[in-house]
Amino acid sequence: MKTHFWNRAALAVLGLSLCLIGSAEAASVIGQPSAWEINLQQPVTEVAQFIYDMHNWLVVIITLISLFVLGLIVWVVMRFNEKANPVPSRTTHHTGLEIAWTVIPILILVGIAIPSFRLLKLQVQIPAHDIVVKVIGKQWYWTYEYPADQGGGFGFDSIMLSDAEAAKAGQPRMLAVDNEMVVPAGKVIAMQVVGADVIHSFSVPSLGFRMDAIPGRLNETWFKTDREGIYYGMCSRLCGQNHAYMPIAIRVVSPEKYTAWLAEAKKKFASNDDTMKVAANAAAQ
Amino acid sequence: MYLVFALFAGLIGGALSIAMRLELQEPGLQFFTNPQTYNVFVTGHGLIMVFFVVMPALIGGYGNWFVPIMIGAPDMAFPRMNNISFWLLPSAFALLVISMFVEGAPGSNGFGGGWTVYPPLSTSGHPGPALDFGILSLHIAGASSILGAINFITTILNMRAPGMTLHKMPLFAWSMLVTAFLLLLSLPVLAGAITMLLTDRNFGTTFFDPAGGGDPVLYQHLFWFFGHPEVYIMILPAFGIVSHIVSTFAKKPVFGYLGMAYAMVAIGAVGFVVWAHHMYTAGLSLNTQRYFVFATMVIAVPTGVKIFSWIATMWGGSMRFTSPMIWALGFIFLFTVGGVTGVVLANAGIDRNLHNTYYVVAHFHYVLSLGAVFAIFAAWYYWFPKMSGYLIPEWIGKLHFWIAFIGANVLFFPMHFTGLSGMPRHYVDYPDAFAGWNRISSYGSYIFALGLLVFFYGLWLAFAQKKKAGDNPWGAGATTLEWTLSSPPPYHQFETLPRITGSEH
Repeated sequence: MKTHFWNRAALAVLGLSLCLIGSAEAASVIGQPSAWEINLQQPVTEVAQFIYDMHNWLVVIITLISLFVLGLIVWVVMRFNEKANPVPSRTTHHTGLEIAWTVIPILILVGIAIPSFRLLKLQVQIPAHDIVVKVIGKQWYWTYEYPADQGGGFGFDSIMLSDAEAAKAGQPRMLAVDNEMVVPAGKVIAMQVVGADVIHSFSVPSLGFRMDAIPGRLNETWFKTDREGIYYGMCSRLCGQNHAYMPIAIRVVSPEKYTAWLAEAKKKFASNDDTMKVAANAAAQ
Repeated sequence: MYLVFALFAGLIGGALSIAMRLELQEPGLQFFTNPQTYNVFVTGHGLIMVFFVVMPALIGGYGNWFVPIMIGAPDMAFPRMNNISFWLLPSAFALLVISMFVEGAPGSNGFGGGWTVYPPLSTSGHPGPALDFGILSLHIAGASSILGAINFITTILNMRAPGMTLHKMPLFAWSMLVTAFLLLLSLPVLAGAITMLLTDRNFGTTFFDPAGGGDPVLYQHLFWFFGHPEVYIMILPAFGIVSHIVSTFAKKPVFGYLGMAYAMVAIGAVGFVVWAHHMYTAGLSLNTQRYFVFATMVIAVPTGVKIFSWIATMWGGSMRFTSPMIWALGFIFLFTVGGVTGVVLANAGIDRNLHNTYYVVAHFHYVLSLGAVFAIFAAWYYWFPKMSGYLIPEWIGKLHFWIAFIGANVLFFPMHFTGLSGMPRHYVDYPDAFAGWNRISSYGSYIFALGLLVFFYGLWLAFAQKKKAGDNPWGAGATTLEWTLSSPPPYHQFETLPRITGSEH
């Protein structure tokens, strides 16, 4: 009878967690947070998908552990209170039990660690890449530089749109920027991330990366997605006054459109080099 | 005195956090016209709660009161050093408060770089003297803690009553012994790191400045070598307190005493070798990240041993649900919730998407605000009759518990969701999608604050009604030495040293 109850309870919990995960999936908008979201943003890269799936399993595991502990507490509260059990036992040792609650958690942790190490390797080892973009974090905007040997040779600043401008452009407040970082779909994009003044952190949740932009260090990370669209992220390292106002927007387009953009951008940003910083500073203030 | 000080500092730290929640209740700027002021509030809240609330309450307050009593010593080994150690704290606190009112970042007051004080934001990013005040404050608070730690170690190792071997010593004394060692070993590293910061700021050194061959990441390593043990410094005394409360009200000795004591030693030792799990996104190499994932997961094992041992202590017991007991039960469950999200974050791969988001804020508030702070209140309701001689009405403790329990969960649970969906920390404003859960969080913080009113009303009632507590208000389960003395204990607590003969712990 008792085991029956526990089986049903465990199933119910599993069902509930899966329902929650499912409902979040249905509701979310791709590439940005959505209202009342209770899970990670919808993934669009292999890494982000891995994070998403593994996290879903971890949620089930930790929910079960928490409910198990809660169940035990409720059980001792009901069964071993003053009324139900007036004479306390004096048991203070049970070797078998003590070994069990040491060994079982170790096994659970090993079970978690195996996929965790695979995920880590996937993230940190950067595959052969097609495009390199240099990302520079500054107080308080991002600069993207496209190297000359892949048809670039220009750089530009990416500054947050004001609330009114974002509304006009039909983009989300505090996430929309004037010049997005543009990359082609289906290609491995490597990003070299540095900080110009203080530490910033370059992060887009739906693409599954987060990398600190540290002065004096060249950090590298990558992503690859087949899905075109615009993906938003936010600076994730406290960097001073306007830390909340330096969003990241990456627009993924088809390779053809990317080639067209590259040519256009080269013209548009060619004269940028000298005037860029002055203009940007004026805009940031 | 430590406790009164902690209560006072707690009010200020709490007021800062309520101001933050007011701002975050709706998207857009409402209360802070300058986002930097918000950053200063966040930093102030963090530093005050860590250094001037949780540490003085658990270590200074309960530690100095009950460690000597529990081990049957007349007082701490160095009472005068204890005095210095206390009076350094208000001066450090004063410096920290002053720092909020002098220039920090260009054009605004106070230091707004977070409690971790990462350079270069803390060097070139804040040219004003605010952080110099802050660094001095941390130096003094650190000196105070180191003196305290020396005092605890000496007292515990040399002044136990005849017959009380280390393996018979109450678990709270064990927890304080481990905590004192952690303090002694980790605080000098913090002091070194912030001294280097000070010379970088004022004397032209370049420890953390790449322009002169330094590296900002070096500071992060140094800081977290202190910072990670620091979180165990805050939670280990809570473990000790909860063990005593659970055992007292289950009327059973602690289950697996040796396992409990050595689990704390293990947590303390392993706590020193996991620091870089705070730095998974700093660009560490694959193997470094692998090691820190592994080491971090190891900590879950002794922590699990403690949770299950508490439950086993209650198993077969005859439990009485007094107010300290329900606070302790709340602690065990909420600490478990905070613990399992820690296991999620331990995975560097998953942390990639959660680092510096509200998920982390939720995690550490579950272990510290709902863990350490719940233990502070549990200990308050447990030991207040002993310290003052008066009883707090039971309904106060229970009402306070339920308000705090509901408030804290409404406050912190939604932060898991905003974190998962990507909301970063230290944001004065956020995209509209995060508005829903943030509003709920803010409501929770007001509920929690309401609970504090009940708490202070209870304190006032106790002194107004003057209901005598007697030597042992908790009955047969309370077996540690403090309950053999009068309430409050006499000035020199043991005229003749007690002899410990039984095999019970």
